[in-house]
Amino acid sequence: MAEVLVYVDHVDGAVRKPTLELLTLARRIGEPVAVALGAGAADTAAALAEHGAARVLTHDAAEYADYLVVPKVDALQAAVAAVSPAAVLVPSSAEGKEIAARLALRIGSGIITDAVDLEASDEGPVATQSVFAASFTTKSRVSKGTPVITVKPNSAAVEAAPAAGSVEALEVTFSAQATGTKVTGRTPRESTGRPELTEAAIVVSGGRGVNGAENFALIEALADSLGAAVGASRAAVDAGWYPHTNQVGQTGKSVSPQLYIASGISGAIQHRAGMQTSKTIVAVNKDAEAPIFDLVDYGVVGDLFDVVPQLTDEIKSRKG
Amino acid sequence: MSLRIVVTVKYVPDATGDRHFADDLTVDRDDVDGLLSELDEYAVEQALQIADEADDAEITVVTVGPEDAKDALRKALSMGADKAVHVEDDDLHGTDAIGTSLVLAKAIEKAGYDLVISGMASTDGTMGVVPALVAERLGVPQVTLLSEVSVEDGVVKGRRDGDAASEQLQASLPAVVSVTDQSGEARYPSFKGIMAAKKKPVESWDLSDLGIEAEEVGLEGAWTAVDSAAARPARTAGTIVKDEGEGGKQLAEFLAGQKFI
Repeated sequence: MAEVLVYVDHVDGAVRKPTLELLTLARRIGEPVAVALGAGAADTAAALAEHGAARVLTHDAAEYADYLVVPKVDALQAAVAAVSPAAVLVPSSAEGKEIAARLALRIGSGIITDAVDLEASDEGPVATQSVFAASFTTKSRVSKGTPVITVKPNSAAVEAAPAAGSVEALEVTFSAQATGTKVTGRTPRESTGRPELTEAAIVVSGGRGVNGAENFALIEALADSLGAAVGASRAAVDAGWYPHTNQVGQTGKSVSPQLYIASGISGAIQHRAGMQTSKTIVAVNKDAEAPIFDLVDYGVVGDLFDVVPQLTDEIKSRKG
Repeated sequence: MSLRIVVTVKYVPDATGDRHFADDLTVDRDDVDGLLSELDEYAVEQALQIADEADDAEITVVTVGPEDAKDALRKALSMGADKAVHVEDDDLHGTDAIGTSLVLAKAIEKAGYDLVISGMASTDGTMGVVPALVAERLGVPQVTLLSEVSVEDGVVKGRRDGDAASEQLQASLPAVVSVTDQSGEARYPSFKGIMAAKKKPVESWDLSDLGIEAEEVGLEGAWTAVDSAAARPARTAGTIVKDEGEGGKQLAEFLAGQKFI
């Protein structure tokens, strides 16, 4: 059976959820072989094996943390040479897309980014993408070389599929470019204790209508009552009310949760681009004409300062 | 010595227009007004600020695209860039990201560069991979997705805000940089700038000027193929209620019905 390389996104050995989703998709195409790099790489094996990785290729070196992107490209290229896979799947993070693109160019292969689904076909994997602010759905294939495809979070369910997950050392020789861009400092994000925005099943977002950084406490309280991540529109971020890392939209995160709750967000095209593929959409907005109401499954025309706290209280009392 | 800055820009269909596909499944560029990609304005802005700080600098704006793409160059020139290069060739129609990076890399080399600055992504393709591809082709450091950037003594430094951490990056020139929409508001062209732009040089190059064969680019030369494109079905109209004092409770009832509570 053909092997499919899966690039592992992990933090000190803790595998992030989008990688487990990639294993689900990889199994539709062939037998998953995971590639884990950097500190804690070998610690990823148990989780990867549980979700279908037949083999886990690992390599650790200081270069992965000390230099940007290129050392990881070198390693993935070495893995492609060692495995001759049917396809290479990479999580669609900013870094993942850069790694995938450089790899594709080096191995003479086409690249598809931001796939939201993947299926096998006689002509290789077919990727589904949402384009033009999710107003169109396209199906594409890589027509030259080994398909390199990056996949967005929440594109597939995480499935248990126990496999061997045998750990093997990957031999990597770094290229001359590997040490070109030095990482001279790193400040980890402070954990909020809430789920990752792109991975969350429920996202609660606030926009211009929230009207001040201090009022985001209302949005956070609602999010916490549902175990949700917090998002913000560009207007709220540009106003300095909430961090850019939480921005949902064209220049922020693109999310596709089971439930998206938009509060005080009008729903400009740039925002819709980042949330339109959510399964269920709910909005609270004062303006009955706001374009967000064209998208909703349920909308409340009203003042979020009345509706949101009442909703939070009601959820809490129902959950007991 | 003069710091040679090349800014890559893209002419894109207006994101607020009714964007769609042409019959050959390429982006339809005829029916929707085009403009300089909003995200590339940030690249032009940072180039202008870096040039201001340098003793001597020259900014060349490069675009690859059809005739109308000159509008994007004019906008960048009116913001303050010095000169422009328009790579235009009928054989470029349908070129993918890999092909675009080839054309840009050749054009950047021909123009001469110490520093390449790009936006974080285009607003139509939205892949965000072209700066990394151009760096790979040029064999120079990629210092990408910066929210803050500065150049001093032949070294570019910047801050890259990732999901897990915020990183400080550093590389020697020549290098390829990309900047995010957090890097600083782009200036509006002044009246004087608009008038001055009309006199600034815009060179036109075709594929033969860059030593690129037609088969390497275009729809035929693309390493990816789009099989189908379908408009996303409109979402079925939802229930909209007016808050009469019970809006939050009604919403909770809906969420409970959908098993979210």
